[in-house]
Amino acid sequence: MRQRRHTWQTLITTTALVTAAAVGLTACGGSSAEPKAAQSAPAFEGKGPINYVSSRDASGAANKSIEEWNAAHPEEKVTFIELPDSADQQRQQLIQNAQIKSDTFSVLNLDVVWNSEFAANKWVLPLPEDAISTDKMIPATVDAAKYRDTLYGAPYYTDGALFYFRQDLLTAAGIAAPPKTWDEMKAACEKVLALPDAAGMSCYAGQFDKNEALTVNFSEAVASAGGTVVDAEGKPTVDTPEAKEGLNLLVDGFKEGLFPSDAITYLEEQGRRAFQDGKVVFLRNWPFLYSSLSATDGSSKVAGKFGITSIPGTDSTGVSTLGGRNLAVSPFTPNKATALEFIKFFTSEEQARKRLELSSRAPAYAALYEDPAVVAKRPFFPTLLESLENAQPRPKVVQYGATTKAIQEEAYAALTGEKDTDSALKDMQAKLEELSAK
Amino acid sequence: MTITDLRGLAASDPSKRGSGSGDSDALLHTKQKRTWRSYSVYAGLALIFVYCLAPFYWMIVSSLRRTADIFDNTLLPAPFSLENYAKVFDGSTMFGQALLNSLIVAGVTTVAALVLGIFAAYAISRLNFRFKSVILGVIIATSMFPGISVVVPLLRFFTDLGWINTYQAMIIPNLSFAIPLAVWNLTTFMKQLPFDLEEAAMIDGCTKWQAFRKVLLPLAAPGVFTTAILTFIHSWNEFIIALSMINDPAVQTATVAISKFTGATEFQAPFGEQMAAGVIVTVPLVIMVLVFQRRIVEGLTAGAGK
Amino acid sequence: MTTAANLDHKAGSPPGRSSGKHGSAPKTATKNAGRTPGEGRMAALLLSPTLLVLALVIAYPLISAIHQSLYRAQSGLDADGFVTEGEAFVGLANYSDLFVGESGQRFLNAFGNTTFFTVTTVLLETILGLALALAMNRAFKGRSFLRASILVPWAVPTAVSGLLWRWIFQSDGIANSLLGSEILWTAEGTASKVAVIVAEVWKTAPFIGLLVLAGMQIIPEEVYEAAKIDGAGWWRQLGSITLPLVKPTLLVAVLFRMLDALRMFDLPFVLIGPGKESVETLSMLAWDESNQLRYGSASAFAVVLFLYVAAVAIVFVKVLGADVTGARQLGAKRRERKANRTQKAEATR
Repeated sequence: MRQRRHTWQTLITTTALVTAAAVGLTACGGSSAEPKAAQSAPAFEGKGPINYVSSRDASGAANKSIEEWNAAHPEEKVTFIELPDSADQQRQQLIQNAQIKSDTFSVLNLDVVWNSEFAANKWVLPLPEDAISTDKMIPATVDAAKYRDTLYGAPYYTDGALFYFRQDLLTAAGIAAPPKTWDEMKAACEKVLALPDAAGMSCYAGQFDKNEALTVNFSEAVASAGGTVVDAEGKPTVDTPEAKEGLNLLVDGFKEGLFPSDAITYLEEQGRRAFQDGKVVFLRNWPFLYSSLSATDGSSKVAGKFGITSIPGTDSTGVSTLGGRNLAVSPFTPNKATALEFIKFFTSEEQARKRLELSSRAPAYAALYEDPAVVAKRPFFPTLLESLENAQPRPKVVQYGATTKAIQEEAYAALTGEKDTDSALKDMQAKLEELSAK
Repeated sequence: MTITDLRGLAASDPSKRGSGSGDSDALLHTKQKRTWRSYSVYAGLALIFVYCLAPFYWMIVSSLRRTADIFDNTLLPAPFSLENYAKVFDGSTMFGQALLNSLIVAGVTTVAALVLGIFAAYAISRLNFRFKSVILGVIIATSMFPGISVVVPLLRFFTDLGWINTYQAMIIPNLSFAIPLAVWNLTTFMKQLPFDLEEAAMIDGCTKWQAFRKVLLPLAAPGVFTTAILTFIHSWNEFIIALSMINDPAVQTATVAISKFTGATEFQAPFGEQMAAGVIVTVPLVIMVLVFQRRIVEGLTAGAGK
Repeated sequence: MTTAANLDHKAGSPPGRSSGKHGSAPKTATKNAGRTPGEGRMAALLLSPTLLVLALVIAYPLISAIHQSLYRAQSGLDADGFVTEGEAFVGLANYSDLFVGESGQRFLNAFGNTTFFTVTTVLLETILGLALALAMNRAFKGRSFLRASILVPWAVPTAVSGLLWRWIFQSDGIANSLLGSEILWTAEGTASKVAVIVAEVWKTAPFIGLLVLAGMQIIPEEVYEAAKIDGAGWWRQLGSITLPLVKPTLLVAVLFRMLDALRMFDLPFVLIGPGKESVETLSMLAWDESNQLRYGSASAFAVVLFLYVAAVAIVFVKVLGADVTGARQLGAKRRERKANRTQKAEATR
């Protein structure tokens, strides 16, 4: 008995103390709604050392650019602060530091899908219109760095979908050109999978695990069927016949056995392995796997046997979703002038070209994709440029986290057969409308 | 019931001892039973051993593969490669420094938690005062709040204190896990130990402190040592606080350094490197425990008999 | 049920010993008659550093979480597309919202998962941990090697072990290849729960094992010898000596494991992935809310989780072990012990 009283006493005392303290805090918190005066165009003033915040660049190319800057600007040195490899953890660190208005993070490396959120929360500064020479950049990458028509980031690198196919098997099956549409792909698969060489293979794989990659694959399917996820005003448009056709491509792919059954657990890497080990004929993926697929050290079974083209659509070639990164300036750094100058330098065409020698990241400058020296090393670049020029951004919404989660949840439910396509899209539409109304 | 009662039991009537083992038939029977049992015991031990070590074996094997064939399922790495280990210690990662930082943070945390924990446990198990249960409740309550919700307020707080990129910004939060475990565990231990011994020591002229140091502490040695291992490893493995409080590679800990490994591209997890680093942070720890466990326990126990 | 106390009687306590025990009684009585101020001061001195550190680390976050949970960010955009700053006091709305509509379902699901994982993993860990401790407590060659190897799973950093198990449970990973199965461990479904339980038990059973082993090591060898002489078999020794004697340590170990399991986050997050209903725990929900910048409801989740953990801890302590808190006053304990003995002595008579 004594025991019980003591324990409860503990809880009650603790709770009471904490509540009292919380109420006290509330009383003097004074954090009621006080809209701040509208921010006028910020002046980029202050020179001195700054920090560049990003995950590590394994190729070392980014570090080289920074070294070059530091050699030329001994008074305005840039220090590379490394963030974790995981994008979630990067975003978390960036937001934490913005919330405490820390001046440690000066130049931020932002995923294109974070742009709206960071801009709307004033965690990054709008860039002066003329500061970044955007006219030579691929328009989609510049558009992805804008929020409400104002540029908030300088495109650093970009990414678009590619369609990998087994040239050897297509040739063996007597197919001259790679498929441009889903129907052509299915027809091609029928022929290819009948080959003895293709025993046990599946037709196609994308990325379907409940992850950002699913949002990408879903958006591409919808766009390739002529639909959109959100319209130009940011209103959701997924409860449409086009979107249904798009999602059905993926749902039927699982139902009809076009995709390997474990593709529901695939991210980019698993897809690469499936293709590299000769388990699928066609694969949707980013450009990064080109070098692993072409490896001649015996690790790739498809080296020299594959081709690359644009992803398929329903009527003609499909529409890629845009990836990539922008550099932006934190409003909390005292040395904004240096930060802006550094971004200009870092994202210049000259530096982008230099980085291409080490890094396989796709630059924002269109001209580099047609440069003979570059194409010689990366023969898929012209195809990638095509894909990028007609690429669609993912929904540009402030609450991107909640948006992508809603998309993933409903699309995943449809793919696993938990919901039918109609109700999944209807629910997705409802969730997205609720989010955009806020 | 405490150990005291059992000590009494051990000192029981010697005449009884003789009566138990008279029958030789029974003895033989027991022996046969014993061999059968020892086989099953060893089989059980082997099973436990495999369960504990098989995943770790897989970790080692994966760490010894080349990046290109990291996903093979062969039971031995073929071809064998130290590429991942070389990458872990590649200059830019400062992994050696990170290991040292982990050692400092975990070491200080462990020592501080033990000292504070021993004080607190002594007070709770041996002294009379009010609000004892309230205090124990408050102490363990700190282990009830989700760790991820502690980060942002602490970051704000430590930024105000100017503690970003300092060891104490990691050590003090680590203590909030280590202390409750130390206090509760050591209290349990000390409560189980008989008062009589200390009382006897004090009658012999020891001071309270001497009685504590020479009698109580050695008896509690297994508990102290185990608590030390558990808290050391827990702080050694702490991640989210260390990640948030530290952005200077010279101060970051090993787990944070591991999170910053990158694959060849952003879609490729540096799996081999992560596994190699996992092996590197685990093995020395285990060897250290292996080497020191007997010595430490003996050191603490020395004087217990006196 | 036979307890060690009964054994005690069978062995027959020599009268001299028990009178010796009683010999200290008068002194105890005087000590307990009134708390000496010196002792209180001493205790305050010994406890204050601990309480100070804990207050520094936990009090501020806890208070700020409770404060935060009463507010909600004004999630609107102004004419220029900027997030309107400031937050409004909403009272308990963040809490009441947890239980209704879709978020209510998510909450209930996460609550169920958290409870399910805690019960299953802690139960399995306890059984395995006890087995580990019993194994390690036997004298045989290579004991210290076994002991060190048992430490391995606990020593592997959580994030790394999450990744390790993720690759083990890949659709074409070693688990499927050894089992000859094609189970999608990391997709939604029962298999993902199994994967989490296997990995979690592997990682944390050593925690219980080591603590219990320490508890076993302070049991004097003579006790077992005496029991053997009395003809007590292995199971009988386990049931009447080992288990009752390690019970306090075991309870503390289980309690701490429960507190940790209830806040489980990293493992399902890394192994299966965020947002998967089959393995979403309350901590993951709190993380997700704050990840979407809904700090009000994130804090509400954190506070609710805190209260849940506290409630579980209190019930656990109350139901299973009076001794765990050490709440009992020393004097009371001694009195009780004495009373027990007299009572039992009378019963045997």
